[in-house]
Amino acid sequence: MGIEVVVEGLTKSFGKQNIWQDVTLTLPAGEVSVMLGPSGTGKTVFLKSIIGLLKPERGRVLIDGVDMVGSPERDIYETRKLFGLMFQDGALFGSMTLFDNIAFPLREHTRKKESEIRRIVMERIEVVGLLGAEGKLPGEISGGMRKRAGLARALVLDPQIILCDEPDSGLDPVRTAYLSQLLIDLNAQIDATMLIVTHNLDIAATVPDNMGMLFRQGLVTFGPREVLLTSEEPVVAQFLGGRREGPIGMSEEKDAATLAREQLSGGGDHAGQPRTVVPQLEPSPGMPVRQGALRRRERVLGMMAQLPEAARTAIMRSYSPAGGGVTG
Amino acid sequence: MTAPLPVRPPAPPDDRAAGVPAAREPSKLLAPLRETGKLFALAAAVTRVIFRRPFQLREFIEQFWFVASVTILPAALVSIPFGAVIALQVGSLTQQLGAQSFTGGASVLAVIQQASPLIVALLIAGAGGSAICADLGSRKIREELDAMEVMGVSPIQRLVVPRVLATMLVAVLLNGMVSVVGTLGGYFFNVIMQGGTPGAYLASFSALAQLPDLYISELKALIFGFIAGIVAAYRGLNPRGGPKGVGDAVNQSVVITFMLLFFVNMVLTAIYLQIVPPKGG
Repeated sequence: MGIEVVVEGLTKSFGKQNIWQDVTLTLPAGEVSVMLGPSGTGKTVFLKSIIGLLKPERGRVLIDGVDMVGSPERDIYETRKLFGLMFQDGALFGSMTLFDNIAFPLREHTRKKESEIRRIVMERIEVVGLLGAEGKLPGEISGGMRKRAGLARALVLDPQIILCDEPDSGLDPVRTAYLSQLLIDLNAQIDATMLIVTHNLDIAATVPDNMGMLFRQGLVTFGPREVLLTSEEPVVAQFLGGRREGPIGMSEEKDAATLAREQLSGGGDHAGQPRTVVPQLEPSPGMPVRQGALRRRERVLGMMAQLPEAARTAIMRSYSPAGGGVTG
Repeated sequence: MTAPLPVRPPAPPDDRAAGVPAAREPSKLLAPLRETGKLFALAAAVTRVIFRRPFQLREFIEQFWFVASVTILPAALVSIPFGAVIALQVGSLTQQLGAQSFTGGASVLAVIQQASPLIVALLIAGAGGSAICADLGSRKIREELDAMEVMGVSPIQRLVVPRVLATMLVAVLLNGMVSVVGTLGGYFFNVIMQGGTPGAYLASFSALAQLPDLYISELKALIFGFIAGIVAAYRGLNPRGGPKGVGDAVNQSVVITFMLLFFVNMVLTAIYLQIVPPKGG
């Protein structure tokens, strides 16, 4: 079973520029969470802060009792072995073949025999569909293949926590759909806690158990997927609708005057349309039941009273036998 | 289209006053000190990690071979004319003073104590260090080093330590070679070109030179190798943004190493001359 990640009051700035402040959330053990946000809101920075690559000025990231922000470097290195991080462009070692890249964590951290390493690596290569390319160098393959190889490398040590930085960027819609399914299947198989940072709406709508959104130097919300998917919050609604009308501008946020003019010219038309909640992806046939989903069901039913009306309805619909959702 | 471009809204409510300690803008004046401090911190970290298992033997051998292969030939080729220049200059000087018989000792001491460690260090910094810096820098901007850290592998232990040890060992071994080649070059030019006597050359050699001269030479080479490796690694690990930054880092690493080398050489020479009594005196 995965490990819970507790983030408390995290604040990060680069020089004078504040990226986000006071981010507090909990990634429930074994569940899939997605962090949304327009480009440039510090999603990747958030990911790197969780794993301790960047040091926020304030706050804590607790994993198994270790604070990835303030604990001694030795503990942080030890805790990182629980992680698998898939970088935006794979971050493969350019001088090694794909096979050696994927075998790297095994060779560094385990005393396995070469034959066993070979077996595990080839298994992972098959999972991400790269059979036949294991002898190639990262410079000789496409961006999408590099991404999948990066995922294979992140998975090779059977991580408890998997972080994915924009798994979809540079992939076509079909491959993105396959990747979404792969992530869900993985979660069913190894029950790892997963955090996906993306701005892909398909992934956001179908993959996660929980969703959060970063905007305007802070966390807008974080909670069960239905809460965001049905949210009337202008930022969330604009983002999930992929519209120009709303508080998100081209480069940064819009100012109040532009917003007011937009509303006058009737830009808020779409706001009235209710958004439908697409059912969540299920593991492929033959995969075990997702333990995280079962735990989530208990958790969400327990917090029903605090959720907004629309989210409550959507949750009830997804958990009723007719609406699909988790059965069992 | 008269609508003004969306501009950045006023900064979000500044609650820094309420508890968040505003990060003080670091002073530009202290930047060199800060860099120096970080360089020393890296040197300390590397020294500490050298003794941590597992030792990266494979990486060390690869790097050793690489640094050696790019420096051996240029070092030999540079040391011959260098030995010759010193022999000619010293030879002409001693001739005017009427002390030709000491030419051998003087030129050999100059070659072994000063020229050889410096030639070695300049070549290691210029040929080996720049390659190390470029390699680490490009890995850094491709996020390879981050990926390594995320996998719980310390880039300092995995990459920097083998490289620093490799530059140190190559420096020591190369120093021996440059000393020999430089001395032979000096001998050739003094005896053949200036008509010096071989016997006087060799005799003055053992009259003036002593074993500690060789020790300090090797110690210098070891320290210079360490400096070259650390500076290259430091600049490589901290490139400033993008491929251009890596190029700048390589440039700076070579310049910084050169400056440090000459300064440290001066200090070491001064200390050596104070504590080791000259043989001829």
